[in-house]
Amino acid sequence: MIVMRCINMVEGYPPEMRKAIKIVEETREERLKKKYRRLSLEEREQLVRKWHPDYRPDTKRALRIGPSKGTIVYNEVADILESWPIVDPEEIDLSKIDYDVDILIIGGGGAATAAALWSLYEGVDPDSIIVATKLRFGDANTVKAQGGIQAADRPEDSPVRHYLDTIGGGHFANKPELVRALVMDAPFIIKWLEDLGMMFDKTGEGEMIEYSGGGASRRRLHCARDYTGLEIMRVIKDEALNKGVHVLEFSPAIELLTDPDTGAVSGAILWNLETQEYVVVRSKVTILATGGFGRLHLAGFPTTNHYGATADGLVLAYRVGAALRDMDTAQFHPTGVAYPEAILGELITEKCRSLGAQLVNANGELFIYELEPRDVVASAIIRECAEGRGILTPTGVCGVWLDLPMIDMIRGPGTLKRTLPAMYRQFIRHGIDITVDPVLTYPTLHYQNGGIAINVHAQVLNPMDEPIPGLLAAGEITGGVHGRNRLMGNSLLDILVFGRRAGLTAAKLVKEKSNKPKISFKHLKKYTEELRAYNIPRDRKAPVILPDYRGNPDYRGRNPFLKILRISI
Amino acid sequence: MSPQLAGTRTGPKGGRTVRIYFMGKAYDVPKGLTIMKALEYIGYRFIRGVGCRGGFCGACAVAYRLPGEYRLRTALACQTTVEDGMYIALLPYSPMEKPKYNIEEMRAEAGYILKIFPEISRCVSCNSCTKACPQELEVMDAIQSILRGDIRKAAELIFDCISCGLCSIRCPAEIRHMYVFQLVRRMTGKYILPRAKHLEKRIEEIKEGKFDTEIEKLMKMSIEELKRLYSERDIEKA
Repeated sequence: MIVMRCINMVEGYPPEMRKAIKIVEETREERLKKKYRRLSLEEREQLVRKWHPDYRPDTKRALRIGPSKGTIVYNEVADILESWPIVDPEEIDLSKIDYDVDILIIGGGGAATAAALWSLYEGVDPDSIIVATKLRFGDANTVKAQGGIQAADRPEDSPVRHYLDTIGGGHFANKPELVRALVMDAPFIIKWLEDLGMMFDKTGEGEMIEYSGGGASRRRLHCARDYTGLEIMRVIKDEALNKGVHVLEFSPAIELLTDPDTGAVSGAILWNLETQEYVVVRSKVTILATGGFGRLHLAGFPTTNHYGATADGLVLAYRVGAALRDMDTAQFHPTGVAYPEAILGELITEKCRSLGAQLVNANGELFIYELEPRDVVASAIIRECAEGRGILTPTGVCGVWLDLPMIDMIRGPGTLKRTLPAMYRQFIRHGIDITVDPVLTYPTLHYQNGGIAINVHAQVLNPMDEPIPGLLAAGEITGGVHGRNRLMGNSLLDILVFGRRAGLTAAKLVKEKSNKPKISFKHLKKYTEELRAYNIPRDRKAPVILPDYRGNPDYRGRNPFLKILRISI
Repeated sequence: MSPQLAGTRTGPKGGRTVRIYFMGKAYDVPKGLTIMKALEYIGYRFIRGVGCRGGFCGACAVAYRLPGEYRLRTALACQTTVEDGMYIALLPYSPMEKPKYNIEEMRAEAGYILKIFPEISRCVSCNSCTKACPQELEVMDAIQSILRGDIRKAAELIFDCISCGLCSIRCPAEIRHMYVFQLVRRMTGKYILPRAKHLEKRIEEIKEGKFDTEIEKLMKMSIEELKRLYSERDIEKA
């Protein structure tokens, strides 16, 4: 059987898809001379409103409980915010504190690590910092970011332009002071990474090789091949470990603790995934850097996100009174993998389009300018498929072509393999050589545009815009920096700019606070009363911690024979 | 002896399955799944040995053998599709201590690397590391480049390392490759690659407040005005 199958496949694609590729090849020569025109703001708006999942009536609902009651969010987000805590306060002994520290950082990605490093630089003792993360240190979406990091440092560019690009891409809904911090800190962040020894792509004279990203008016994406996020993460992680930062791996936070007298956040309950014991941490300052919601599979979409992206921090913050913003939007990356099935939903970086690859429908036609903002390109692909101009895979997934072989034709042979090694590897493992063949793509859930409200100091805000004492947040968990749509290359920047700011603020707060706070679950009282009032089912619990794909691998196919029985021994 | 499959649970019919062996049991799983998804299909919920699921984090290293083959193969569970007769073991960690060092007190010279990792001089060029690498990097060549003093070459060779640790598990010289390579890359980035001068200049300009007035103007602008400016801005060629 296996041999038969191999004969049927032609260079990684089944015969019917091979036929469809012919059309792409036949139109390539002609398309090389063409570009699709840019849309006006009105045309963009119309396209997005008609086709983007954000505007589908069945994907969202109003929150019934909590500080942002009445806010419209995706159903899957509402489900976890309207959930019972995992911990039963009665079962936890708060009189025994396992770790008593100044700063607790929850999360193990770029934002968490930047926060740890910058609080150390400000003089906080490494022995009074704990980083707690649910998988290993560095397991985060940061390492999956391929495209690059934005910073307006070329003479042709300026932070003012970066500001305008970012706020325009975000549909003018961004919080201005956060965008200002983002663009003005950007060159400092690149310099910091360069000083730490990050290997940026550079010319022989040291000029950064910079590409343009969707929605950016200048080339300002700094890269390290297509392993930009991985290179950032491993460098700052190495530095944090050199400086003696203590990390608790496989220890997700399952509830925050608050001081019953002041309402300040004063620590967290961690849960050891391996031994299932709980750990009580008291801290003067707690930083949430837990990332976004990709693994909640909003609107049934596959995702580019890492295994732990279940929005745990969002739940924790909401229970202590954090305000939410722009949570009715999600970023669907235009080009997720639609074939092969084994890597469905994985990211095909936007850099492919920066380098010249075109999007092509079943008729071999261009249908959108490739470097429009992500929500616009994603909407156009959804439209092509909905109106019958997509290509169907043998398992019924629809997609359009991303014509990758164009990259070498435009930029010279060898460019693709040199600049996109991760991408090349990912497909050649499944028998597809992307220097020769196009790949099939469809939008995939990529990024949480909104999140919990913060100020420029990374302090978490309540609905009255007042800081919640003791609680900071940075990165994808927060909202406001990107408005309603994030630009490529702004998230790696975001985690470092605001991770750094959280670290600086934490160091300052620690120096001001001499007394140890008290710890309690007082904040849960009001929350659980509301849950009871709305008859939220008792078995709906959050945070999610990890997705459950048992019998149902990553949202495709199902094992009809699996019968799970839970036994406690 | 291979574990036998107990009778009836055969999964999809018609040759669309492959038989894999895991933790002493045999399972029939649909073709085309990655090892990771196949294990989820048969009922495993990962709490370790899983990370990004996209081939970037190195958390899901596996070792396996194929029927009739003596060779021990290595791979990433999220990047490798199941094959008939695959005998699989997960290797979520490669045990090794990360040494601490201060990059500021070094130069890009092999001596600094050898001081921290003297074991690299024990490399016998057996190439086991290279054969084990799921990224197909020239791991042994990189170690040898360091020994010849060519730090930059080593960094280029192993830039795409995802720290899965499979090379170290196979290495008879017991080299801690992922940490050696981390140091090699940082040395290259810090001491060998030329510095970006345009970056320094821009930082000076920001410090001097060159852009403050303009940004503040944008921050106070009405959305209508911003929209006009945004639509009219010139766009550099990609």
